Amino acid sequence: MGEKSSVKLYGFWASPFVMRAAVALKIKGIEFEYIEEDLRNKSEQLLQYNPVYKKVPVLVHNGQPIAESLVILEYIDEIWTDPPHLLPKEPYHRAKHRFWAAYFQTAFDLMLKTLKTEGEEQQKALNELLAKLDVAEEGLKEIFPSGAPIFQDGNPGYLGIVFCSFFGNTETMAEFFGTKLLTPERYPLLSSWAAALSQIPAIKEVTPPAPKMLGVLNLVRQNALKSNA
Amino acid sequence: KVHSTSCGSLFKSLLKMGGEESVKLLGVWSSPYSRRVELALKLKGVPFESVEEDLSKKSALLMKCNPVHKKIPVLLHNGKSIVESLIILEYIDETWKGRPLLPQDPYERAKARFWAKFIDDKLMPGVWKTFLSKEEEREENKEEACELLRSLESELKDKKYFGGDDIGYLDIAANVVAFWIQRVESVVGIDLLNQDSFPILCKWIERLYHEIPLMKECLPPKEKHLVYIKTRYEAATATNGNL
Repeated sequence: MGEKSSVKLYGFWASPFVMRAAVALKIKGIEFEYIEEDLRNKSEQLLQYNPVYKKVPVLVHNGQPIAESLVILEYIDEIWTDPPHLLPKEPYHRAKHRFWAAYFQTAFDLMLKTLKTEGEEQQKALNELLAKLDVAEEGLKEIFPSGAPIFQDGNPGYLGIVFCSFFGNTETMAEFFGTKLLTPERYPLLSSWAAALSQIPAIKEVTPPAPKMLGVLNLVRQNALKSNA
Repeated sequence: KVHSTSCGSLFKSLLKMGGEESVKLLGVWSSPYSRRVELALKLKGVPFESVEEDLSKKSALLMKCNPVHKKIPVLLHNGKSIVESLIILEYIDETWKGRPLLPQDPYERAKARFWAKFIDDKLMPGVWKTFLSKEEEREENKEEACELLRSLESELKDKKYFGGDDIGYLDIAANVVAFWIQRVESVVGIDLLNQDSFPILCKWIERLYHEIPLMKECLPPKEKHLVYIKTRYEAATATNGNL
């Protein structure tokens, strides 16, 4: 293949967006250097590589920075062209994957709202989140007509990576909400998809342990409620 | 509950297919998002039928083909529906290979996608926020919007177009920056995207308008558009809503 390329990933251990990039690189078998950022004290390199958003993840490939996790996923798929492929080949299916990835973002925004609010406001956000997941449950039948995949090849694909970065950590979510979010009765497809995804080695490796994750979630919640008061 | 096949069979019953490729664009004359798709199809030389939607009375076809968001634009290709303008642009580029819209190099493609997302996720919301600001917040919002415009301008640098010597995916995505900002500005009376502050962006806009006939063709007719903008702006500021 030629010279070994330099691949660096700037990230934060609890970020679902960083998780996507890390999983994709692992699935593709790409060696990379991971640099953990202190988000309260961002490095000069990060600010230089992502001056527009100043956020993680940033992938730096041979000195060239790429920011925005979905852009990074597509880049990884296009620059390392050997299988496994993250996105499907067919344009219509690619469009569907991209559509639902964007849709999951709107669901996640509601999840964040649920995290940062209480009482009626929180209940409202939670109901809206569940309603969005109902839409996804129905809409994804087109992508998975025979039910959720079981990932014998260990490749979650672009959409699987996006979905599990938000909704894959079912243990943490259940602990945090005090109840299972993706119940099998209401979400047979999404819940079995999440379960299968969480078994994939590359995903297991980067999923933060529930206690650590809960610590961060509680911190974010406390800070948000304090500033709301 | 909708599957693309039921959308396809409704569509097929409306038009005789005859084994030809069929491309339909559901859009709205004033929307930069449906104009993006129109421009992309025309650049590619893809014959298509334009369907004007009435957003106050959405058609059965639109509801069937975009059940999740019920929004335009929708591209209907042989009965399959594709939605979200930037996703549609990628679909068009992947389906009709002539006259590429995105760059070939993966890093350049990543940059183009990054900036297109920036326009939709950050830049335009910042601009609309400025136009809809209350008096006391206007200066601060305007400064933020200028910062965002400067960012985008830095990507253009000394290139003729974002796509290089000819327009590409990012120029198409930036149609809203090139033409909607100045039109809304003139109605709202806020001076944002001007020659002094953004010489490079303004030069690019001039070039688009005078050197790319298709770009001009895919603009809402100016006078009609200004009237429309005025109506919507007055309604928005009365109810503090969205433009």
